[in-house]
Amino acid sequence: MISVPISARINGIEWSGEVEPRLLLSDFLRSEVGLTGTHVGCEHGVCGACTVQLDGEPVRACLMFAVQIDRHEVTTVEGLAATVPGEAISVEQLHPVQRALHEAHGLQCGFCTPGILMTAEAFLRESPARSRDEIREAVSGHLCRCTGYHNIVEGVARAAERLAAGESVTEGKGEP
Amino acid sequence: MSRAGGTWVGARVPRNEDARLLTGRAQFVEDVEPPGALHVAFVRSDLPAGRLRRLDVDSARAHPGVHAAFTAADLGPLLRPGAVLVPPPPLEGLVFHARTALPLVRDRIRHQGEALAMIVAESRYVAEDAAQLVEADIEPLDPVVDLGHALDDDAPRIHDDLPSNLAAHVRQTKGDYAAARARADLVLERRFSYDRGIGGAIENRAVVAEWDARADRLQVWDTTQAPIPVRNVVAAALGLSESQVRFVAPFVGGGFGPKIMFYAEEILIPWASIQLGRPVKWVEDRYENFFATTQERGQLHEAEIAVTREGRILGVRDIFIHDSGAYDPYGLTIPINTQCTLLGPYRVPNYESEFRVAFTNKPIVTPVRGAGRQHGVFVMERLLDLAARGLGLDPVEIRRRNVIGSDEFPYNHEIMYQDFAPLRYDSGSYEASLEEAVRLVGHETFARERERVQADGRVVGVGVVNYVEGTGIGPYEGARITVEPGGTVRLATGVGTQGQGHFTSFAQIVADAIGVKPSDVRVVTGDTSDFHWGTGTFASRGAVVAGNAIHAAALSVREKILKHAAEALEVDPDDLELADGGARVRGAPDLSVDLGALALAANPLRGAVEPGTEPGLEATSYFGPPYGTTANGTHALVVAVDPETAMVEILRYIVVHDCGTVINPTIVEGQIHGGVAAGIGNAFYEELVFDEFGGTSNASFMDYLLPTSTDVPPIETTHLETPSTLNPLGTKGVGEGGAIPVAAAFAQAVEDALADIAPGLEILDIPCSPGRLFELLRKLREASTQAGETA
Repeated sequence: MISVPISARINGIEWSGEVEPRLLLSDFLRSEVGLTGTHVGCEHGVCGACTVQLDGEPVRACLMFAVQIDRHEVTTVEGLAATVPGEAISVEQLHPVQRALHEAHGLQCGFCTPGILMTAEAFLRESPARSRDEIREAVSGHLCRCTGYHNIVEGVARAAERLAAGESVTEGKGEP
Repeated sequence: MSRAGGTWVGARVPRNEDARLLTGRAQFVEDVEPPGALHVAFVRSDLPAGRLRRLDVDSARAHPGVHAAFTAADLGPLLRPGAVLVPPPPLEGLVFHARTALPLVRDRIRHQGEALAMIVAESRYVAEDAAQLVEADIEPLDPVVDLGHALDDDAPRIHDDLPSNLAAHVRQTKGDYAAARARADLVLERRFSYDRGIGGAIENRAVVAEWDARADRLQVWDTTQAPIPVRNVVAAALGLSESQVRFVAPFVGGGFGPKIMFYAEEILIPWASIQLGRPVKWVEDRYENFFATTQERGQLHEAEIAVTREGRILGVRDIFIHDSGAYDPYGLTIPINTQCTLLGPYRVPNYESEFRVAFTNKPIVTPVRGAGRQHGVFVMERLLDLAARGLGLDPVEIRRRNVIGSDEFPYNHEIMYQDFAPLRYDSGSYEASLEEAVRLVGHETFARERERVQADGRVVGVGVVNYVEGTGIGPYEGARITVEPGGTVRLATGVGTQGQGHFTSFAQIVADAIGVKPSDVRVVTGDTSDFHWGTGTFASRGAVVAGNAIHAAALSVREKILKHAAEALEVDPDDLELADGGARVRGAPDLSVDLGALALAANPLRGAVEPGTEPGLEATSYFGPPYGTTANGTHALVVAVDPETAMVEILRYIVVHDCGTVINPTIVEGQIHGGVAAGIGNAFYEELVFDEFGGTSNASFMDYLLPTSTDVPPIETTHLETPSTLNPLGTKGVGEGGAIPVAAAFAQAVEDALADIAPGLEILDIPCSPGRLFELLRKLREASTQAGETA
């Protein structure tokens, strides 16, 4: 199997190497880069668990090939919070959307959560002035079997209020 | 967040586990990749029924990067039927034929997705390439697809050594139904069906095994709800001591029942690691999950209710068939739950219940959230609705007249439950939950004044139904609590965790007992090296059985802390209080010692101790209830239905529930929300469609519809707290309650909405998808048009 050289910026860090053309972006991130926070739930683009951001826009990593990120920027859930690799995480370090989901009990098993965070962050970055109905619509491309969605919507709404009120976002330090 | 009196149980404590999950640091099984790991893909049967005539894996074996291609012929002594996990209860006249699957198919294929071969390769991609090269020559057999005909004399036999596809037959009765029926003012008989669905955890199953030949030890990471029983089965199958095998169920991405099952992959992956001397990893994909992971539901009921003209229940008769799929490793848990839960919160003096379990050529059925209870609730609640309609009573009123009163506990239903104990209700709030739900939904006002037709042409209806949930069954769980010299408190328990918040709610129980904060308690669940006694997370039992074991262990540690602190401070233990991570003298807070110092002193490295002294501030306790504790509740909902399109929108969803002592209201509400969402899917969207050849037509998330955020309304939850009398904390389970009565509530509300437009509408089949409802309405319309023409 031939390999193709690619280079990309992943959570702020340059990555260069060779990948097989058929390697899915989700598998690449998880096994080649070691970013296992991106979860795989269906591999046909429906559940949304594998959502990452490509140049700031949410995409389903299971529907893309790794070669497609060549000369692009990828952000995964590991890139959201101002955490330091190897150190314990404090709630203060979390991105406002992460913190709001924590406060609103917007996650249970947490498997679908990284994808929801990547969608919600982009959605609120575009504009934090969002109604609950808009938020409900925005996360409707993510399947969650635990929460019944109610507290996810509440959490994102809480984050929206804070971001609209001007709460700053500390950039992630690019784990790992 | 500290509460007056230092009480953490009952507080809305934010979860300890969230930060790791939110940052992508939490370890799931799929994240485990030991160096040098090989990857597995299974070759599975596309046919649901057949005879495997020839299986050629030579090309696959020869494929570059492939390390092994195993078939049944390679398994040696492992090639024997799997364990029967749950034996049937000792019921009089019981018929039960246990039939379990081989790890890989030898000759007979009994359901789609049965594994034929196991390919082990450098990567999953290569393993899947090689899987394509396997040639299987399968002689198709006539499949048994239709449950209604599975037990016919001329149905193809699924297990040749049995005279029919009958897997089990159970009859339980109380009183004399025939006599009750004879004196009834109204007898109604209906057929009900409740179709199949999946558990639908977003994380598929996964197993990673690493055999360390030098250490002579096997480590396995597994997405299981029951790491200890699985470890024990695997150790026995591989001829290892249980102490050589460590199973870890780390963060698990949703359980919902199917992950309580024991699966062949849980033996095959560790076995392959031993065979090949390499770590071996298998992650199920979503397509496999639709066949290789167990499913639930699939029952046909013929039920009858006998009532007086005042609406009092004289008796119920229910004859049903339960679809077990191709095998029955989980015994009779589901149909017995159905049989028992049908009685609900009601006085039913005479009951005749009989079920037959049928083998079919469909994937195996084991509990999924609700585990058969919703079928029973659906049948009973529907019978009550029909009886109310027949008698001209309000659906709420007929329930009021039949619920068990708060002075009637403990209430004995006289039949046997799934835990082999008589079906007894320890406590409950059946009248109160019904009245509170009625008040919240404004049912009486609604019934009097409602504007059925909205401006947009839709009609509005309301549904109010009750349920009970037998929870917290035995046999037992255990817990060990250790105060470490650094002051950290360690709690280990054997149950697995799949998002229920155990890292927080269990910590709250400990925090109250020994005066620390929940965030100071480090909880370990599902690691057999930390705790190796226990059965698992199922039947809504974590907070009840493990919770009370933790409570008992915490009280023992408390005694040890007080004893050591009293010696250190030279005071009487009765003069001490535990708070802020230490022991202090009441009224003289300066006289104190912290827990870490006491832990250090309790584990001397030199010198002598009194005979019989146990080291450390540590205690292990076990809890086993005499029988399961019964939770209850009432669901009320308001729906708007478009009579033209049959689309249903839920306008309000109200849950009044009683799970005894609430440890963490936020977590309990989360359980309710998720349960109701699963119930909505179950009632309205989710249906596995089997074609005439027994193949699943909708094995993807594109075609099998799980509810999304726009399908689940906000859920208004009210907690009633009637403590269980069967455990010191007073807790009852809540994991499944949300899912149980949804279909019944939904059916009542939709019928109510359409009462004027389609007065004869009866929803007797679940799921009642928009398509099915549309068909029901169309048929009613045709019938009434024909009747009009005839007249």
